[in-house]
Amino acid sequence: MSDYNFAYLDEQTKRMIRRAILKGIAVPGYQVPFASREMPMPYGWGTGGVQVSAACLMPEDVLKVIDQGADDTTNAVSIRKFFEKTADIAVTEKTREATVIQTRHRIPEEPLTEGQILVYQVPIPEPLRFLEPRETETRKMHALEEYGLMHVKLYEDIAKHGHIATSYAYPVKVEGRYVMDPSPIPKFDNPKMEMAAIQLFGAGREQRIYAVPPYTKVVSLDFEDHPFEASKANHPCDLCGAEHTYLDEVIIDDEGGRMFVCSDTDYCAERQAMGHRGRLSPEAAE
Amino acid sequence: MTTQPLLSVKDIRKTYGGRIGCTDVSFDLYPGEVMGIVGESGSGKSTLLNCMAGHLPPDSGQVLFDTRDRGMVDTLTMSEPERRMLSRTDWAFVHQHARDGLRMGVSAGGNVGERLMAVGARHYGNIRSQAIDWLGRVEINEDRVDDKPSAFSGGMQQRLQIARNLVTGPRLVFMDEPTGGLDVSVQARLLDLLRGLVREMGLSAIIVTHDLAVVRLLADRLMVMKSGHVVEHGLTDQVLDDPQHAYTQLLVSSVLQV
Repeated sequence: MSDYNFAYLDEQTKRMIRRAILKGIAVPGYQVPFASREMPMPYGWGTGGVQVSAACLMPEDVLKVIDQGADDTTNAVSIRKFFEKTADIAVTEKTREATVIQTRHRIPEEPLTEGQILVYQVPIPEPLRFLEPRETETRKMHALEEYGLMHVKLYEDIAKHGHIATSYAYPVKVEGRYVMDPSPIPKFDNPKMEMAAIQLFGAGREQRIYAVPPYTKVVSLDFEDHPFEASKANHPCDLCGAEHTYLDEVIIDDEGGRMFVCSDTDYCAERQAMGHRGRLSPEAAE
Repeated sequence: MTTQPLLSVKDIRKTYGGRIGCTDVSFDLYPGEVMGIVGESGSGKSTLLNCMAGHLPPDSGQVLFDTRDRGMVDTLTMSEPERRMLSRTDWAFVHQHARDGLRMGVSAGGNVGERLMAVGARHYGNIRSQAIDWLGRVEINEDRVDDKPSAFSGGMQQRLQIARNLVTGPRLVFMDEPTGGLDVSVQARLLDLLRGLVREMGLSAIIVTHDLAVVRLLADRLMVMKSGHVVEHGLTDQVLDDPQHAYTQLLVSSVLQV
């Protein structure tokens, strides 16, 4: 065992964060202020998510950390190591086996189940921020449910691009009340937010925690004549052939070559192990 | 008169520390009437306007408004959601500087559409066609609908602000020096436009200005303020042609005759 208190934070801090989480779950979509601590990583690297995870972890938990869907990127690896060292807990890359999943910018493809907790890292929790710079005013707008301004942003999108061009951090209305920023997940993931798992959102620099309890109604905002559409790149995955997953575009040479691969590495690897093949799979390429 | 006033102001008083902003102001405004408030800088006319529009809390007094569902209600004691709803629907506020009343980072169409979306419009096509219709009514060409206000001239910005305010069909418009900072020919066109809209829509309006020409053209009644007090009030032509109070006489005689 390490010399750290379990999961790095001291017990009083975890207690304070848990109270904010409970309040967030009681009022779905409401941004609860909390006294964010300085964490041993820079702001923007998931300090909010790490604090929420630390407050949720139990010694018997199994942790999975993903960054843009991948288990093997710097952010994911370093946070996983952080909790291995400070909490001495089991970690996994398998979505199904994890009890706590900390994520940056994706929801796993594998549907989550009851008993799992999905922790999002949030850079800017306020969906109205770029339309209304005053915090006092945005709080009032949330309190009085004045969300017309959110549609002004969508209106501008259609006026400029002919369709709603917002493709990530797409605003949602939670349980018919609060408009919420789902953190910068692609809008492809928005429909998945009505799920069986608990979703917690932590914004460290902005000192806000909010939550979506299981089976909560989450509606993406839209216009009657421009309905919401969960879009993705119009390709199958080049490694596993999946046509229903969110894809990353990867440049593979300097002659315009590119490939599309599942952003959820665990899901893609599992499909390949089951024998699914895509256009650029090693066997197919030979 | 048998009709009920649309707005009834009773003994409004606002002080800034020991200094008087405005005091003992009472009047009634009837539907379809335009009231002018004139006075020199610092006479309390903007303070009065802001108190009436709910931007500043007055120290004492009442501002009764004839709401659609509940009749005469004191807007100062009504709940904040109700007051904000009122200021999005039945009220409009035209600022002196268009940038205070517009979202400079949002296109002209979005600016006009914002009030519609704020009261629940969710059909893009309808919002847009209404925005274009209103831009036409304030003489802004349809092809400017996707331009940002920062690309507009001062006069156009002011007209855009008016369109944005009138799109939800308010019954009462507060205007704070609507022609300030515009050159005379643009002013003349804006006044023409305003006069047309006020008559056509049967609007009631309260116009604060120091420009006597504006009230002569637009206002039915006139209130002259000095040092926070109303010194004279009456029909516009009556006050301007036969001023009784020494300050009104000074004001009227100060206008240059070209």
